[in-house]
Amino acid sequence: MTRNEDDPIITLISSIVAPFIMLFGLYVIFHGHYSPGGGFQGGTLLAAGIILLRLALGSELGKKQFPSRLGIPLGSLGVLIYYGTGLAALLLGGTFLNYAFIPFTRLASHNRYWGILSIEIGVGLAVMAVLVAIYDDLLEGEPRV
Amino acid sequence: MSDFLVGHYFYWFVFLLMTIGLFGIVLKKNLIKKVIGMSIFQVAIILFFVASASKWGATVPVLDPKLGAADTAKYINPLPHCLMLTAIVVGVATSGVAFALIISIWRRFKTLDEPELLAKMRHDPD
Amino acid sequence: MKVVSYLILAAFCGLLIYASTGFPNRGDARAVYNRPASPSGTPNAPTRYIQKSKEEINTDNMVTTILADYRGYDTLGEETVILTAGLICFLLLRKEKEKNRHDPE
Repeated sequence: MTRNEDDPIITLISSIVAPFIMLFGLYVIFHGHYSPGGGFQGGTLLAAGIILLRLALGSELGKKQFPSRLGIPLGSLGVLIYYGTGLAALLLGGTFLNYAFIPFTRLASHNRYWGILSIEIGVGLAVMAVLVAIYDDLLEGEPRV
Repeated sequence: MSDFLVGHYFYWFVFLLMTIGLFGIVLKKNLIKKVIGMSIFQVAIILFFVASASKWGATVPVLDPKLGAADTAKYINPLPHCLMLTAIVVGVATSGVAFALIISIWRRFKTLDEPELLAKMRHDPD
Repeated sequence: MKVVSYLILAAFCGLLIYASTGFPNRGDARAVYNRPASPSGTPNAPTRYIQKSKEEINTDNMVTTILADYRGYDTLGEETVILTAGLICFLLLRKEKEKNRHDPE
């Protein structure tokens, strides 16, 4: 969003807090196996960190970390990771989305563990990119300052 | 009687929230207020399912090494939680698309009031 | 006209509250959907998910295993819905630069 003046308190605090939000989002994605969390929750937290910077720093400065042309391609990449994991399970001898057949390790249960992790990464990436893309599209016609 | 009240007060709260959401959709004239009413309705449905999955004296559905996995009365029902995760994300996507449609309507007709909008649409179509 | 609308809304709420008197108490472990097996003897789906989650998938969190492994097909459809919503917003709100210059609407 555009602002008329530079407020040093908002600029400083948001620049300090946003990396911690994104780090916590990454923690929530990767600890989806052991505590409440997973792909959707972590992806939303990551998007919140990015949108905080866009809200606090204005249009040009807020887009330096995550440019707005990266939105839809990253979202498509996330969905492709999900479909790719399922397809890899199909091509390596099993049925679609049955991760026991992807040879990460030797045991079937550990293969399913790593299959879930790869899916959660894809989902987190897609959710983050699409939420930021929707925010950017909704603000597109705004007059610049 | 108090047992009945303690066990059922939550359902009444959720139905009150649903009625507030329906009131927003049907009786408000501004398009954005209708979208807000729809969002309130969705949240009420999600609350209903998630809270119906609870059990007295049971814990979060994450495996506790001291409790073991054999007794299912010690963990709350995990299936509605999973379905409602999907519902929450679909609600976010629907709200995003609704706001994009509202911006397109504003760009074309320059109004967001529903009777005025219908009159303009009838007056010069497309 | 507005009075009729308010009456219909109140009737809707009253009908739902009347229907809720037949529900079991919230959190009752003896309710039909919370029992380990259905009345005809077949085991319930959440029972199998709770009991077999650690040995089949080596994961503690049962909600994640249901979301990503036992019911992973639904999560696939949901992610497609998210991507479609992003694409719709992009297609609806692109700025059309030449059209704006020709006819100032």
